[in-house]
Amino acid sequence: MAIADETTLRIVLYEGEGAASLDAADRGATVTALLEQGYAVTCAGAGAVAPADDSALLVLGRFENGQAPEAEDANGEVSVAFRDITGLDTEGITALVETERASTQSAKHGEWKPWFPVIDFDRCTNCMQCLSFCLFDVYGTDEDQQIQVQNNDNCKTNCPACSRVCPEAAIMFPKYKSGPINGDVVSDGELNREKMKIDISALLGGDVYQMLRDRSQRSRSRFSKERSSDKALGERTKCLTKLAAEADIDIPLEVLQSLPSADEIAKKAEAANAKAKAALGSQSS
Amino acid sequence: MADQPRILFCHCNYARVVPDEVKQGVLDGLCQSGRAFEAVADLCEMSARRDPALKRLAAGEEPVKIAACYPRAVKWLFGSCQAGLPTDRTEVVNMRELSADDATAAVLNDMVDPNLPADGSVASTEGEKKI
Repeated sequence: MAIADETTLRIVLYEGEGAASLDAADRGATVTALLEQGYAVTCAGAGAVAPADDSALLVLGRFENGQAPEAEDANGEVSVAFRDITGLDTEGITALVETERASTQSAKHGEWKPWFPVIDFDRCTNCMQCLSFCLFDVYGTDEDQQIQVQNNDNCKTNCPACSRVCPEAAIMFPKYKSGPINGDVVSDGELNREKMKIDISALLGGDVYQMLRDRSQRSRSRFSKERSSDKALGERTKCLTKLAAEADIDIPLEVLQSLPSADEIAKKAEAANAKAKAALGSQSS
Repeated sequence: MADQPRILFCHCNYARVVPDEVKQGVLDGLCQSGRAFEAVADLCEMSARRDPALKRLAAGEEPVKIAACYPRAVKWLFGSCQAGLPTDRTEVVNMRELSADDATAAVLNDMVDPNLPADGSVASTEGEKKI
């Protein structure tokens, strides 16, 4: 998922010397179309823009005589390509850019809804509750036993559950609908409310696991002949969905449906707890 | 001109949490202004993928105005990628809370009102020292 090792493409909309200006409507339509395709665009105009790095540059402009200049980086460090967009509509421009992206094998954006936890380290106390809670290995620790988001693509889209177990409201999902999970300011009142939710969900969470184990035991003894994975899945989903609704914990159905089996949950919870304890133990030693 | 803030606009592509009319209004305002600006499809995606471009966007000596969402979220979208924003010269214009007109006016106003949460403002952690 990380693109740190891939080439990234920086698109520059150039309207300076040697190129015609776009009117505001065309400029807006062009930038919007490129953004919607996931590209980053620099509009060169009056004022400063971000400095150059080693990203490949694709410079678009309505160049004189419809001829894009041939040029290269004087230091030979950055790949630069110029392309003329005279007469192209937004569809033509995005097609041109996509062709250039593919030919330079630059990173492709927009293939995944970016849903993942963002830790506010101003608030985080490294208590490891999130690591203990998450069953999908999203969290881990670095070499200093500092909590980190390590596998953000494991995160279940639209599920903000881990943020509710954080006693400091330090876990944000910027695309969540409401605060403080979305990054809005954390007020004392909200912090208390979050803490109440934690108590409830932790309590129910414990009950859920226990209930599942109990049901599993009962089903083994009473319904051993009719046990089926489908039935167990349906029962588990119904149980968890009901509890989720009652607790108003806002966990999407597809997340509940994708939960591992009760035994796996118990194992994962145990492993996550051990990992958190080890990290905490290492901190205090 | 030297103190004119650099402008970064986030299009928040992959969710509807920023009202369309606000983000399109701000983008139109920027395009009409003739000002230079950077526009990115989605800061969350860049952060999730550890896009090195975040370091470029955070770099520079100028003050920065960022049209995006909540300042606390923006701070740590950058911070989690070791691309810390300067808290003394970064203003985040929250398009989730402001109208299109108010957000556009705030972005194009050359006065910068830094509003990122101060470093270590709540809890002192090892994580903060690292970033």
